Amino acid sequence: MNPNYLDFEQPIAELESKINELRSVVKDSATVNLNDEIKLLKDKSKALTQDIFSNLSSWQISQLARHPKRPYTLDYVERIFTEFDELHGDRTFGDDKAIIGGTARLDGKPVVIIGHQKGRDVKEKVRRNFGMPQPEGYRKAMRLMQLAERFKMPILTFIDTPGAYPGIQAEERGQSEAIARNLAVMASLRTPFIATVIGEGGSGGALAIGVCDHLQMLQYSTYSVISPEGCASILWKSAEYASDAAEAMGLTAPRLKELGLVDQVIPEPLGGAHRDHDLMAERLKAALIENLDRLTSLSEDSLMDKRYNRLMSYGAIG
Amino acid sequence: MSNSWIEKILPSVGRSTSKKSNIPEGLWRKCAKCGAFLYRPELEVNLDVCPKCDHHMRLNARRRLDWFLDAEGRTEIAAELEPVDRLKFKDSKKYKDRLAGAQKGTGEKDALIVMKGTVNEYPVVASAFEFEFLGGSMGSIVGEKFVRGVNAAIAARTPYVCFSASGGARMQEALFSLMQMAKTSAALEKLKEQRLPFISVLTDPVYGGVSASLAMLGDINIAEPNALIGFAGPRVIEQTVRQKLPEGFQRSEFLLEHGAIDMIVHRSELKNTLHRLMAKLLPAQNAA
Repeated sequence: MNPNYLDFEQPIAELESKINELRSVVKDSATVNLNDEIKLLKDKSKALTQDIFSNLSSWQISQLARHPKRPYTLDYVERIFTEFDELHGDRTFGDDKAIIGGTARLDGKPVVIIGHQKGRDVKEKVRRNFGMPQPEGYRKAMRLMQLAERFKMPILTFIDTPGAYPGIQAEERGQSEAIARNLAVMASLRTPFIATVIGEGGSGGALAIGVCDHLQMLQYSTYSVISPEGCASILWKSAEYASDAAEAMGLTAPRLKELGLVDQVIPEPLGGAHRDHDLMAERLKAALIENLDRLTSLSEDSLMDKRYNRLMSYGAIG
Repeated sequence: MSNSWIEKILPSVGRSTSKKSNIPEGLWRKCAKCGAFLYRPELEVNLDVCPKCDHHMRLNARRRLDWFLDAEGRTEIAAELEPVDRLKFKDSKKYKDRLAGAQKGTGEKDALIVMKGTVNEYPVVASAFEFEFLGGSMGSIVGEKFVRGVNAAIAARTPYVCFSASGGARMQEALFSLMQMAKTSAALEKLKEQRLPFISVLTDPVYGGVSASLAMLGDINIAEPNALIGFAGPRVIEQTVRQKLPEGFQRSEFLLEHGAIDMIVHRSELKNTLHRLMAKLLPAQNAA
């Protein structure tokens, strides 16, 4: 098993390691020419990837959304924006590393960026609390949103969290209130707001930075009311049914688009965003610029009316 | 049950938690906290608060509103709304069947009831969660009814009161239910713009998506004594932090201590307290 590949990606991993072997042979020897062989294997790897990725289950997509190599918020920030100045703290209790935020420029124009942040290595994962915010993370986000509104900057959020942190101190400091307050504040912020689900959209912890004018999802990201494991352990009485739960909840981007809950699905590079961070960032940047242009052309009142009507339209009502 | 001797003399005791409130149950009910056997007519007069230990039992939504609002001049809002199973959700059981079971068991169409009426002749719109209906979970209908209640309060220029009792968002409606958090919170912002008060009354229990949206957004947040209120459930927290939870964790008193709620009010005082507060925030001449 190659730990950088998910179980259903293992056949691709095997081909890729063969290609690398051949390449090292070529490098070590001046006489052997294996270019044709390598090209053949590369084509085969591509075809195999296409084949595997054309038919992914909701559960496989849930795993891709959490892929250890998947780009995180800061990976996009450095590729998409210029002049990023990170701003810290909720001014009351602390600075939550699971949510980052600050000012930057998108295509030259000032914006406020807020996103969940996961860590890549063990130390960083712990420092970022696996992308699970505490109340002060949400309160920092709220502070930055209000700053954006005051200085007429659009808000761009990046959602990637298993959920808000379920801890003793989080409860003591009002996790519920912090999330609830953000929902209320976001509904009435008088500035354009785009939210992008880049990985895991874990329930209230995701929504707490996601009430917006345009909701977009990367192709292999997920958005749901509870994790598949959580849903399975409550409704099926065992987390082993996570795959069934993922299917039943319809948490994938195309399905949520079909249900009218998401506005746009941004296609990922072949094999997923983790295969090509640059290409993914390029596509995301293009979508952000295009949607922001559209939203900034609206009057403030019509922006607010549209947002409110959209919020009121949510629901399956008979 | 170890109380077999008492069951012989009081045959109906063990069935006191039955969901079918319209079916005559026994004359006795056991208090879950102190274990006292309580004479039901007396308990009902006491609003289902144990006269021995003051334990506040869960009160179903219709009885709650029936007690809270004056008998004259009530109208129910959006009573006709019925849930639909857009996702064709099926776990160990079909959502459709779970809904049918809950409807039959409670006599309600979904987990929220909203009424316009008066409290001591002071006009108000009030809603209450029915916990017996799929754990008071919030799906599309609960969200929609909540919003229609807010809109009715705006139209009549009255305060809005919500008695919550809920396990959180309704999983079987997946992202539709998550979005109700945003929808209900947005509607409350409209109420706020109109300078109309929202009083949130948290009753046992309030968790997850309801706690993290409408229930924590009161201009005044009030809890009944000893109610369990939190974002994550105690078991999830225990599994995550691998620590024993402190005594009284997530009880009303814990929330008061940590600044999350304004006050804890005994059920018997609730109606008058709410009336008193509302009349100060919105004197009746400013209302309709």
